[in-house]
Amino acid sequence: MLQGVSIEVHPRELLHVSGPNGTGKTTLLRVMSGLLRPEQGSVTWRGQSIVQQRTEYQAVLAYAAHEPALKGDLTALENLHFSVGLKRRTSAAELHAALERAGVAACAELPARVLSAGQRRRVSLARVLAMQASVWLLDEPYANLDAAGSELVSELLQAHVEQGGLALVVAHRDLALHCQVRRLELNS
Amino acid sequence: MTVGAWDAFFLVVHRELCLSFRRPEQLFQPLVFFLIVTTLFPLGLSLQLSALRDIAPGVLWVAALLASLLSLDSLFKSDADDGTLEQLALSGQGLTLIVVAKTCSHWLVTGLALVVVSPIVGTALGIPTHAFATMMLSLALGTLTLSWLGAIGAGLTIGLRRGNVLLSLIVLPLATPLLIFGAAATDRAISGTSTAGAIYFLAALCVFTCTLAPWAATAALRITLE
Repeated sequence: MLQGVSIEVHPRELLHVSGPNGTGKTTLLRVMSGLLRPEQGSVTWRGQSIVQQRTEYQAVLAYAAHEPALKGDLTALENLHFSVGLKRRTSAAELHAALERAGVAACAELPARVLSAGQRRRVSLARVLAMQASVWLLDEPYANLDAAGSELVSELLQAHVEQGGLALVVAHRDLALHCQVRRLELNS
Repeated sequence: MTVGAWDAFFLVVHRELCLSFRRPEQLFQPLVFFLIVTTLFPLGLSLQLSALRDIAPGVLWVAALLASLLSLDSLFKSDADDGTLEQLALSGQGLTLIVVAKTCSHWLVTGLALVVVSPIVGTALGIPTHAFATMMLSLALGTLTLSWLGAIGAGLTIGLRRGNVLLSLIVLPLATPLLIFGAAATDRAISGTSTAGAIYFLAALCVFTCTLAPWAATAALRITLE
């Protein structure tokens, strides 16, 4: 699906991946995350293949797919506890703080199945925040969000990049950010 | 601070148990199936107690295998459907650990539950109380082995639309030795002869699958994730 793609992303940099439907934007993110193995070529992190340092790479990685990836029977807080807790030791206060930053602190004790699509998206953003990862791979983070939510995503991305993180963001809309943004346009 | 393997294992087990107890209908479905099927036999066949005892081990084991199979389909499928499997795969804990924790949890809520209620079923089928210990031990070993075999099948079939049918076709032939030796162990316990051979064979199968199935199931999941 993807051919001839060669990219290099540095800390304090955001790569905005765009392009028409079906051109492989999500596939690119899955390859970058290590979920999908490329038929040719490789993905390297700090000069080494991510396959050779899978654990180290995953420790600094936060991946938010197009689906919010929440269990409907668990509360928002439990969802964060069980996913972030596998990556790093965390406390309920930290998870609450992440939910608050994402604007869904009031939903902490609600089962994810009763949340709206926008609230579920915010909880998935809270998970990315709580992971405290330096590499963010976000697939359509603006989807299902209202204007305030979209602004929040931009703020979070900007803060992440300013703090030395790097991000790959798949988005159909333009990113109005005051940080270094490179653009990769995928074409069929 | 990073999370150790044991902490991660118990966290996943805790997650799975929480999810199971939030959906009691899924939790009790295999148990109710097991109880209904095994109690229908004595009602439907109107057998004498001695004849019922003759078929009891076979009935008990077939019902236990089918009941365990009922819930195998959901072992990885719901996580794959809602995207949480990808999050687990990228958790930095290794997919094998996740597979082991999820399979152990599956056994706790299905296999172990079947073992616990098996004396009730044994009584309904006329199995003498002196055979209960062997029956429960053989069921414990058999259902744990089946959970491991099922993990491989579930890993291979999560991407398929009617994967549960294929899962049964993959797992049931592999479970045939469990049925033969499990029923033999219970039968021998009823008749008062030595059950050591059958129990040792079941234990060997259990160790064999516990050792190799996590890697096979992980490989199957990786293929599906890609």
